Amino acid sequence: MTSARPKPVPTPETRHFWEGARDHKLLLQQCGQCHHTYFPPRPFCPKCSGRDVRIVPASGRATLYSYVIGQRPMPGFEPPYSIAVVELEEGPRMLSNIVDCPQTPEALVLDMPLEVTWQALDDEITLPQFRPTQGDPS
Amino acid sequence: MKRGGIAIVGAAESTEMGVIKNLSQTGIHCDAALNALQDAGLKASDIDGVACAGEYPVNLALQLGITPKWLDGTYCGGCSFMLHVRHAAAAIEAGLCNTVLITHGESGKSRIGYYMGQNLAPTSVIGQFEMPYAPFMPANLFTIPVLRYMKQYGLTQEQLAMVSVVQREWAGKNPRATYKEPITVDDVLNSKMIAYPFRILQCCLVTDGGGALILAKAERAQDFPTKPVYILGTGESCETPLISQMEDFTTSKAFRVSGKQAFDSAGIKHQDVDHVMAYDAFAHLPIYALEDLGFVRPGEAGAFIAEGNTAPGGKLPVNTNGGGLSYMHSGMYGMYALQESVRQMRGTAPAQVAGARVSVCHGVGGFFGASGTVVMSNEQPG
Repeated sequence: MTSARPKPVPTPETRHFWEGARDHKLLLQQCGQCHHTYFPPRPFCPKCSGRDVRIVPASGRATLYSYVIGQRPMPGFEPPYSIAVVELEEGPRMLSNIVDCPQTPEALVLDMPLEVTWQALDDEITLPQFRPTQGDPS
Repeated sequence: MKRGGIAIVGAAESTEMGVIKNLSQTGIHCDAALNALQDAGLKASDIDGVACAGEYPVNLALQLGITPKWLDGTYCGGCSFMLHVRHAAAAIEAGLCNTVLITHGESGKSRIGYYMGQNLAPTSVIGQFEMPYAPFMPANLFTIPVLRYMKQYGLTQEQLAMVSVVQREWAGKNPRATYKEPITVDDVLNSKMIAYPFRILQCCLVTDGGGALILAKAERAQDFPTKPVYILGTGESCETPLISQMEDFTTSKAFRVSGKQAFDSAGIKHQDVDHVMAYDAFAHLPIYALEDLGFVRPGEAGAFIAEGNTAPGGKLPVNTNGGGLSYMHSGMYGMYALQESVRQMRGTAPAQVAGARVSVCHGVGGFFGASGTVVMSNEQPG
């Protein structure tokens, strides 16, 4: 399985995130000093500069913070496609796509509940994506 | 920095604008530089400081035959040139150099020798965490915050469309503008959707072009043939190269920090301002700029613009060249905003604001990533 989308290349600072994603685990980091939970990954806390950082799993629950609907066909992107910023239950925000629903302003409502779903680009890289919450979120 | 201690003594845009087939990006830098030197009545050998973005300052110096004592290659997108003005003013005042040339050239449409300074490798943070989700085009990323703003403040699609309508009105007065025909709100809302909710008439042009500025100590300003434009105050800041990591999608932290520094150092209040350039790669940006610079309260700028306050005849003329939406936009628009502020202060703008004494020129770079603000005046503070 391959996709034409631009593929991330992990670095030492981010490898755990992409290994987690391959196993369908959304991983954040938390500072042992000030307890700030953050994303994107880095081996120190962006709030207090502490290096005592642990990897914590996210619930996968999120809400839709903002988005646009792209209209231009590009390799790996068939229009219309949402480009969305989601706010994770734990606080951090990330860019993603909202899938498994119509790519329309009517279906994509700000603050709607979302859950993580996974799109494998190849054997190494799996992208976290989000979809409207379907029933039991656990 | 001393208010008004440094002046812009040379300013010019590239000879051609729009589509430039006979020059590379480097060539456009040099063309603009030669025009600015001519404007200031200087030779390249008179320049001892160089700054540029989208070009390697070392190459700029070689091309033009300059032996600089000071270089600045700060690159942070379209507002880089506002930062260059700030850095150059500080360097001249500190005695590091005397006469600084700042250049911009961009083959944004023709892509001849096109170069961009940002790390977009698949190992970069943006390459790993944003590019897999969005074709890397400004229209797909710079625009994302606006739906949150609309929900928060009730900004309407019609108000957002009015930004384009008003700027086209200014462009109609500018013979050099790419688009001059008047447009209506309906024209905007019925134009081709690019990335909902942005239509093509709410997105900047894609052109080739350039510009250059020359700065020197204000006490030398009378040695030059043009009317000096004094730097009253400046500001700069940045927030994030990733749009998703912007702290609050209804306001730019970089705008607020940069704007406050510029106003404070200039020692001006909002009622002192006669003219504003608010970098408009997309229609929402003047709305954010007017609020974050403090001209109106949060949530008020959409109505302020829609009611005609920034239009010809309005109380606060904004983007009087037609802006990136109608004048030109090669990718890094900040230099053209600076050029229009200089023209307004010299009294030579095609759509001249009568009696204008103070201009605020506010830039953004890299999708709300960075910001720079320059306050200029044609009167030297006492």
